[in-house]
Amino acid sequence: MAGFQQRFASKLSGGGVGPGNEPWPVFFARMAEQAQHPLLKRFYAAGTPTGDTPLAEVPLVAIDFETTGLDASKCDIVSVGIVPMTLNRIYNRQGRHWLVRPRTALSADSVVFHGITHSDIDNAPDLSEQLDDILEHLQGKVVIAHCCSIERNFLDMAVKARLGEGVVFPMLDTMALEAGIQRQPTLIERMFGARRKSIRLADSRERYGLPFYHPHHALSDALACGELFQAQIAHHYSGATAIGNLWQ
Amino acid sequence: MQAENIEILEFLRQHHPFKDLDNAILERIASQTDVAYFKAGTQILNFGEAITDWYIVRSGAVEVYRRSGELYDRLTTGDYFGQFGLLRNKRIRFPAKALEDTLVYLIPEPLFSELFEEYETFADQVEVEDRTRLRQAMARQADSNQLLSAPVETLMLREPLTVPVTLSVRDVAIQMSEESVSCALVVTESDDQPLAANRLVGIVTDKDIRNRLVAEGLPYDSSVEDIMSTRIASVEHNQFVFEAMLMMLRFNVHHLPVMRHGVPVGVATLPDVIRYESQNSLFVVRRIFGAQSLDELKALQPDVRNCFSRMVAEDANSHMIGTAMAVIGRSFKQKLLEMAEEEFGPPPVPYCFLALGSMAREEQLIVTDQDNALILDNRYDPKLHEDYFIKLSNFVCDGLDACGYTYCRGGIMATNPKWRKTLQQWGDSFLDWINNPVQEVLLNSFIFFDLQGVWGETQWAEQLSALVAEKASRSPKFLACMARGALGRTPPLGFFKGFVMETDGEHSRSINMKRRGTAPLADLIRVHALAVASKSHNSFDRLDDVIEADILPPGSGADLRDALELIAMVRIRHQALDLEAGRDPDNSIEPDNLSDFERRTLKDAFQILSNAQKYLKFRYQFGRAF
Repeated sequence: MAGFQQRFASKLSGGGVGPGNEPWPVFFARMAEQAQHPLLKRFYAAGTPTGDTPLAEVPLVAIDFETTGLDASKCDIVSVGIVPMTLNRIYNRQGRHWLVRPRTALSADSVVFHGITHSDIDNAPDLSEQLDDILEHLQGKVVIAHCCSIERNFLDMAVKARLGEGVVFPMLDTMALEAGIQRQPTLIERMFGARRKSIRLADSRERYGLPFYHPHHALSDALACGELFQAQIAHHYSGATAIGNLWQ
Repeated sequence: MQAENIEILEFLRQHHPFKDLDNAILERIASQTDVAYFKAGTQILNFGEAITDWYIVRSGAVEVYRRSGELYDRLTTGDYFGQFGLLRNKRIRFPAKALEDTLVYLIPEPLFSELFEEYETFADQVEVEDRTRLRQAMARQADSNQLLSAPVETLMLREPLTVPVTLSVRDVAIQMSEESVSCALVVTESDDQPLAANRLVGIVTDKDIRNRLVAEGLPYDSSVEDIMSTRIASVEHNQFVFEAMLMMLRFNVHHLPVMRHGVPVGVATLPDVIRYESQNSLFVVRRIFGAQSLDELKALQPDVRNCFSRMVAEDANSHMIGTAMAVIGRSFKQKLLEMAEEEFGPPPVPYCFLALGSMAREEQLIVTDQDNALILDNRYDPKLHEDYFIKLSNFVCDGLDACGYTYCRGGIMATNPKWRKTLQQWGDSFLDWINNPVQEVLLNSFIFFDLQGVWGETQWAEQLSALVAEKASRSPKFLACMARGALGRTPPLGFFKGFVMETDGEHSRSINMKRRGTAPLADLIRVHALAVASKSHNSFDRLDDVIEADILPPGSGADLRDALELIAMVRIRHQALDLEAGRDPDNSIEPDNLSDFERRTLKDAFQILSNAQKYLKFRYQFGRAF
C-alpha cells in the first residue's frame, strides 16, 4: 500500500493532469458542455485553476466522508464534512456537516467507527437532496482530503447512481503528500529493521505538532486534514508552489 | 445551518476563560472559530498591523514581545494573545512569533468584543492589563472570606459605658450593674461637651474592682482613678477582628476600647472576638506561656504547624497568618526570656530584646530563622555585665533553635557580640548607616530597619524607629543606596509549560517565592516607607503610609498590595500543602504544582513588582531632586 502511494505520489509530482491526460481546466470546460445534469453543468462551469497557479492564490476546501464501508461500488456515504480554507486560514466558521441516508445498509462495523447509528440516518435525506448544496460548496475550489481516492470514488459512484453520470475534479491528497515527504525505507533497509513511517492522519499530524483530534467525525476529520495540509505546505513547500505539482 | 466543531468545543470547554461560560454560548463560539497553522519561527503578528481576531494557542508555543523587542510573555496551549490590540485601536501592540510549530484558534473580533462586554467572568479572566485582572481576582477572594477579615466594628453590640474620672468606684459599679457590662471606660470631665467625646484616660473592669479594691481593702468611695488601668490597649474601628484578638493576646487583656477618630465608640471583649475567630493561635500562645520547661516548649512545634495549616484551611489572609505566626514566635521569645531571667536572676542593667526582619514586620511564616539583637542600657559595662548577657542570649537563641526557629546563618542574633549594643551605640549605628551609606554595608543591614521590642525596655525599640523615621527621609543618598539594594532580587517573567521563565527567556525548574517575590516586595516597600518617615513595620501598614503620602503613581499602591497578598498566599498555601504531605515546608515552588489561577495571577503580580522596581530605580536616583 505504502509502496503504491509512493509511486503514485512521485508520478503525480511530475504535474498532475485530469482524466485521459487532459489538463484539468480543459477537462472542466469540456464537461461543462457535455454534462447533462444542470447541477454538474453548473459545477464544471465554475472551472478550476490552471496548474501553474501558486497555492497561495487557490481557494481550497477540505472534505471528509464517513461511509458504510470501504468499497465504493458496494457502500455509500453517511456523512459529509467540508471546511473552506486558504493557505493562511481555515474558515471553520463556514464549515458544513451533512448527514445523509445511505442506499446500502449501515454495517455494525462502520457504526463502531463513526458512531452514526441507524436512528441518526433514518430521518436524514437522501444524498440527491443535498447534492446541490454540497457541490455548490466545492465548486471553483480545489478539494483536499486525506487518502483522496475514497472521497473521489465514493462521490463519483454516489452521484452516478443518483444522476446517471459521475463527477470528477482535481484533488490534493495529504496522505500522498506525506508519503512523498516521508521517504519510506527500502526493502533492504526494512530487512535491517527499519520501520515504515505511518502516514495515517493522526500520525502525520503528530509530526507537525498538531493536536490529537478524535477521528471519524466528518467535520473534525475535514478540519484535521485542512490543518495538516497547511502544516505540510509550511514545512515542505510554499505559497509559491504551483498547484499543478501537487494535485491529482 | 452552522456546524460547531466538537474538537474546538471540547477544547474551549476545558480552558480558561471559556470554561465557566454556559453551553449555548460555547457552541456559538466553537461555530465562529477559525484555525491557522504557523511553522516554528514564523511571525504571527507584526506591530502596528490591523488585528481582526483573538488568538488562542491550541498547540505549540508562541512568544509575545513588547514593541521594544523585549520578551513580554511565552505562551502555550490554552493561552491567548491579541486582546490588547483588539481592545484598544485594533492595531497590534504586542507582536507575536511562533516559537514552536503552532496551531491557533481565531475568534473574530465582533464575537470577542461581545464576550468581553456581556460576560463578566470572561472579562475578569482575560488579561487586559496586568493589574486589572489581579485586582479582580483578589477582590473575589476577599469577598469569599468576609467573616475572617471582618472589621472590629462588626462585633460591637452596644455603646460603651463611659464614666467621668472623678466618680467613685461604688457609683461606677452601680452603673456597670445597671447596664450589665463587665467594664467601663474612664474619661476626663468637661462641661461643654458630652462625656463620651472626652479623652479616654483609663479602663476599669470587674476584675479591677475585685483585685484592686475589694482584695486590697480600699473604701468603696475611692475614686475610680485609683483602680483603673491607664496603659490602654485599643483598636481602631476599621481594624480586623483578628487584630483585636492578637492585641488582647499581646497585652493579656480581655477588653479593648474601639476608637474612631480618637473617641471610644465601643468595647470589644474576648468572648466577642472568640465567637468570630478561630481559637488556634490563642490556644498555642496560652500553651507557650503555660510551659514549665524547655522540653514542654519544644513539644509545641506540632501545635504551631497545625495552627498554621488550619488558618490556611480557613482562608485566612496573609496578614492574619503572618501576624499570628509572629505573635507565636514572639511568645516563644518572651517565654524563653522569662525562663532565662528565672535561671540567671534579674538583669544587672535594663535591656530590650529585639525581634528583627519578618517577625518584626509581622510577616512570619512557618519556615523561618531567628533574627534578633539586644539593646542594653547605656550604663552597660562589658567587664561587669557581659557574662550575664552572654548566658541570657545563649539560652534564648539555643531555645529558639530547639523550638524550630533555626539559627540565623548571617549571625544576626543576640549571641553575636556585634549585635549587643547600648541604646547610644545603636543610635550611632543607625545614624552612621543613614548619613554615610555604603552599599555593601547596607545590604546586610536591611533587616535592622524592621525592628520590634519584644521584652524588657520595649520603648527603646520605638525610640530607634522614631530616629530612623526622622533621619532616613532626609537623606537622599541613603534612600538611593537602599533603593539600589532593593533591586538586587528581581521577579521572573512568568511561567511556560512546567518551567519558570526568566526575562531573558531562560527556564528553570522551580522558583523561590521568598527570594523572588515577598522579599523584594518587602525591600521595595521599606524604601518608600523610609522616604515618607513611616514608623510602621508591617509591609501592608507601610504601604498605607506610602499611599497616604501620595508618592506613588496613581493606583500602583493598591496594585502592590494585591501583588504582595497574592505572592505571600501562594507561598503560604504551598507550605501548608508541604505540611499536609508530610514534607519539610520550604519556599520553593515548582510550576507544575501551581493551579491555573495561581499561574495567571502570579504572572500579573510579578509584572507589578517588576514595574514597581523600575519606578523605585527612577525615583531614588541619587542627585535627583524631589
